[in-house]
Order: sequence, then C-alpha cells, then structure tokens
Amino acid sequence: MRVGFFVTCLVDLMRPLVGFAAIRLLEAGGAEVVVPPTQTCCGQPAYNSGDRADARALAAKVLAEFESCDFLVAPSGSCSGMIRTHYADLFADDPVMRGRVEALAAKTRELTDFLVNELKLDRVPGRFDGTVTYHDCCAGLREMGVKAQPRALLAKVPGLKVAEMAECETCCGFGGTFSIKFGEISARLADNKCGHIAASGADAVVLGDLGCMLNIEGRLRRRGDTKTQVLHVAEVLAGERP
Amino acid sequence: MQVASMHFKERAHVKLHDERLQANLKKMQGKFVAKRRASLAEVGDFEATRDAGKAIRNRALENLDVWLEMFERNATARGATVLFAETPADINALVLEIAARHGVAKIIKSKSMVSEESALDHAIEAAGLKVVETDLGEYILQINDYEPPSHIIGPALHKSKEEVAQLFHKAHGTPLKSGIDELCLEARGVLRQHYLTADMGISGGNFFVAESGSVVLVTNEGNATLTTTLPKVHVAISGIEKIVPTLEDVATLMRLLPRSATGQSISNYVDVLTGPKGDGEFHGAEHMYFIVVDCGRTGVLASDVREVLRCIRCGACMNHCPVYQNVGGHSYGWVYPGPIGSILTPMYVGLEKAQDLPAASTFCNQCGVVCPVRIPLPDLQRKLREHAFERGLRPWYETAGFRMWAWVAQRPALYALASKIGVRVLKAMGGRDGLIHKLPVGGGWTEGRDMPAPAGRTFRELYRSGKGGGA
Repeated sequence: MRVGFFVTCLVDLMRPLVGFAAIRLLEAGGAEVVVPPTQTCCGQPAYNSGDRADARALAAKVLAEFESCDFLVAPSGSCSGMIRTHYADLFADDPVMRGRVEALAAKTRELTDFLVNELKLDRVPGRFDGTVTYHDCCAGLREMGVKAQPRALLAKVPGLKVAEMAECETCCGFGGTFSIKFGEISARLADNKCGHIAASGADAVVLGDLGCMLNIEGRLRRRGDTKTQVLHVAEVLAGERP
Repeated sequence: MQVASMHFKERAHVKLHDERLQANLKKMQGKFVAKRRASLAEVGDFEATRDAGKAIRNRALENLDVWLEMFERNATARGATVLFAETPADINALVLEIAARHGVAKIIKSKSMVSEESALDHAIEAAGLKVVETDLGEYILQINDYEPPSHIIGPALHKSKEEVAQLFHKAHGTPLKSGIDELCLEARGVLRQHYLTADMGISGGNFFVAESGSVVLVTNEGNATLTTTLPKVHVAISGIEKIVPTLEDVATLMRLLPRSATGQSISNYVDVLTGPKGDGEFHGAEHMYFIVVDCGRTGVLASDVREVLRCIRCGACMNHCPVYQNVGGHSYGWVYPGPIGSILTPMYVGLEKAQDLPAASTFCNQCGVVCPVRIPLPDLQRKLREHAFERGLRPWYETAGFRMWAWVAQRPALYALASKIGVRVLKAMGGRDGLIHKLPVGGGWTEGRDMPAPAGRTFRELYRSGKGGGA
C-alpha cells in the first residue's frame, strides 16, 4: 500500500517533528510511505480568502503530486478536509479535472482515521505518563468525521489517561486568516478554550491540527500558563515530543 | 434600519469588554444549545426531517413565481388583499396607505423582522400615528428608545431581567420589580389596553401558504393572536421567500422550527390565518392585507448564495456560533446577526457595506450542522469572500500578499528557499522562551496571543538530510 504523505505547510514550517511522528505511525501500521518532494500547500488559505484562481492552481499541483498514490494521508483534518470536501467545487466547470480530484478526494484521509480504519493499528510506539484532554478541531470533526479515532488510539498509549474538557467540540478561534483579521475575537475564543483546558486538569492538550495548536499554545502562554503541553496527537502516539 | 455593519470590528471590540453583556450572553448560550439537543431526541429521525425540510424549501424556491401567483389567487379569493413591496420604502408607504384608507390612529405590532429592514415603526411615528410593539422583547426595545434587536427570535436576549426591571420602572412609572413573573404581568397589563384600542395590527409571517392563501405565525406569547384578530385591520408582512406550497409542508417544517429555535416540540401558539372575518364568524379582522416583500430577495434568488433563502428564521445558527456567542447580535450592525446575517446583510444592503461579516467566521461549520434546512452557511460565506476578492474590496496589501504567497507556493524550489529563510528568522525572533510576542506582519495574532516559534529547520530540509527524529 503506497501512502502519499501530505506534510502540510504548517507542519513543514512550524513543527517538523509532527511529520516524522506521523510517518513513524504509518510505517508501524505497515504502509509504504512516500513523500512527494515538491509539495507545498493544499491551497486552503487562498480558497478561504476568495482567491479561487490560486486555490485551483495549488489544487492541480497537489493532484499531480499525489494522484499515483493509493492514499493521501495528512496529519491534519483541515488540509485533508480541504482536499476531500472542497477540491471538487474548485473544478465545478471542468468535468475532466473534476473527475480526477474526486478520485483523489475519495482516497484522502486524516491521519488518525487512516490509522484506525485502514491500517487497523493495534499497538502504538508512544508512552505518556500523565493526563491529556482532547480538543476536536472543527474541520476534522465536521468535515472528516474524526471523533472516536484519536481517542481510540490514545487509549492504547501506556500511562496515558484522558480527561475530557467541557465544550471540546467548540472552535478554538483559529480560523486561518480569521485569527489575524479578527485577532481580538479569535483570542477571546482561544481564551475560552484555555479555560476549559485548565479546568480539565490535564497535563497536556492533544489535538490534530497545527493551526489550532499554535492558537491554543499561543494563548496559553500569553495567559501565563507555561506548563500545559500542547501536543499533536501523532507526537503522543509515536512518542516523539519536543 | 441604518447599516452599521462596516464597523463590525469596532462594535465587537466594545461588546467583548461589556461585562454585563458578556454575563448575559453566557447565560443564554447554554440554554439554547442544551434545549435544542434535548428536543431532537423526540423526533425519530431528525436528519431525515432536515432533508425533507430542505427539499420543501427548495421546491418552493425553484418555482417561486408559480407559488406566489397561487398564493395571491387563493388569498384574494378568501377576501384578502395581496400587495407587493419592492423596496423598504414601499413597505412603509403601503402600510401608511392602508392606515389612511381605514382611518387608523393606533397600530399594534407582533414581531416582524422584515419590518425592521424598513424601520417601519419610525415611518409610522413620522406620519403622526402611534405604534406599540407587543412581542415582549420588541416592547422592551421600543421603550428603550428603539434599541435594535440583537437576535432574530429573542430580540432583547442581550438584556438581563434587572435591566428590564429598570426600564419598566422608568417607562411605566411603577415600583421597581424583581421577579420575571411580575414583570410579565406588568407588561401584560400595559399591553392589554393597546390591544383593545388599536385600529390595526401588523404581524410578520413565518410562512405564506400557497394552496390556501394563509399566513402562519409561530409565537409563544399569544400576542400575535390578539394583534391579528382584535383590531379591524390586519396586515401581514413577510418576504417572498417565505412561501411554502402546502399546509402539509408547514407541518413538516413545524417539526423543525420550534425545536431548532427554542427546543420546544411546538411553540405555545401557531396561528393559521386565512382571509378576513367571514359572515357569521366571530373572530378575525374585518380587513386583511398581505405585504409580500422583495427588498433584495430576487437578487439573492438569482445569485450563487440563493440557498440562504431556505432559511426559516429559527436562530439556531447564531445560538451555536462561537463568534456570535462572544460578540452578541449588535456587533453585526443590521437586522439579522450571526451566520445567517453574514449572508443576508451583504446581499440586502451591499457587500461593500458589510464585507467583514462573511469574513468574521472561523468556518467551524457549527452553524451548518445545526441548520434545520441544511443551508451550507460557511460555503455561502466563502462565496461572498470570493465576490469581495473579485470586486477588489479587500485591502490591496492583503490581495497582493495572497497572490505572492500562492505564486511562491507553486514554485517548489523557491518555496523551499523562502521557507528555509523564514523559519530561521522566526526562530531567532522567538528568543529564549521560544515564543514570539509581537509579529511585525499579522500583528492581529500577537495582540492577544504569543506565536510559538518554529523549530528552525523545515520538515523538508530534515527529511532530505535524513535527520527526521527517530524515523
């Protein structure tokens, strides 16, 4: 099984260890992982800002890079959601391209969903001594149906306990460029989230998307919380943490 | 109503720091969400009912002209007069004409958001007539110098009972009360006199039923029943999109509307009004008028956001919206707040006056998953962002920034070089605690947050050199 690993631009730039952790998990599940070297971004920032032409160009690029793989897997509900639920809309007027991106969409998966439902991973390499709380990132939850999968995997991590926070499905306020254009509202939403994380008493908040990670970590630190770790689910499962 | 949507950010800033409002918003939010969720359990298959609701609304919109003609024919046959208003000014002119025809001095109103679009109350008062709002929320706002509504089904939800008590004390000259029950009784006492002395009652319309020429009103206070049956003239005002083909359709939509709105199986009152009082009938107005309103709706019907017209005005999208929950309805600056307003406002008043509204969304899609008629609100917000981008309404530096970033992202070698430099600069900015406290570009981020600094090498660099963690 040839799995094309879509690193995502935020993992590439901000937290490369997440990418290596994800590859380790995919390989532990028996996948042959390929990382197309020319990949950059899925085009979501352009798409969500109304710049359709650039979003199309980047979608066509991703298509060319991953079309030959059996699956496209990303350590992100947001980027995999972009490919799976929105690429077709970008080529609504081009039946040939539309057919091709629909085929790509059909084999696009979020990492934890792929580990649970395709690779049926029964053991994970990681270990975590402490309590974590899980934040459901919006696109993963509502576009990719990611809810039980990360929790099922976390349950396999020796030493790890999960303490669910209140409103775990409420948006953290990231929203891509929303976080910059409407910084004050975005920070308030993040602050609400931090309050729920703190109330859960967890040592770490675990989640599946880099944007939400940066947002939550940024607000936690600004609130003066230097202790609560903010970890990508792949880092916890693979036992690779900064 | 005056449009203030171009000041969304500034208004939101004020509301975020209004402690009393924040406390009121927190109290409301949990109630709406929990009640809705509990009420869904009674419906065997709520998702299938949503599908049916969507199909009913689509069928109405696809042949809207046909249903409108059928409605007009049937309503006229039952003795009502059907009038069409193209602009907000037309709504007000028609109401004043009807009032003049019947020698009306005093008008009572049950809740109508459409009449907020045309600021009807102000037009009535400017013509020298008296108008009294009878929906409790609308009444509270009216006696507070016509404060705008902050929610489509609970216009005064932003107010606490203490604030309402103060208002009643001031407006009625009665002793200050504290209990909700006694406040309601006081309002009832005041409003009763108006029901009995008004010459004309104005209502909104949740649905206009084509097959019967009826208007359906969904309320909880009983005020709409009194408003539409006690005065000699009844005028029902609603949008062209509120047409549904049959009463059977209304039955299905009523399985969705109260549950999505207030978490009720059914509202306390559902009025189906068909024609004026007939011979030998005891209840009803002697004269019945419909004002069927366009005010931008045909434009929406012809646009790529037409799905928004399926809306049945339950308010679930705003009740569940994390942005609305924190900034409140007044931030949005016009009649309809929240996700539904972020589409309707730019479409009805012009995108150039309201382009912040579709932008002020995280695309979390909580609105989309609760909408009873499956309006894909984030997709429609994105369409409006596309319109803003295409029309050049965004600041030049933002557009240029996106263009440049996308241009680089299409050139892997250049992208690799740029990102290599970028992550090193950002790492250096991070300092000892690994946090960037102030970003020179995108400073909106660091107003309320730090930016965790990157690792300093990109994944692609590390992967190529084989230095990736333990992999």
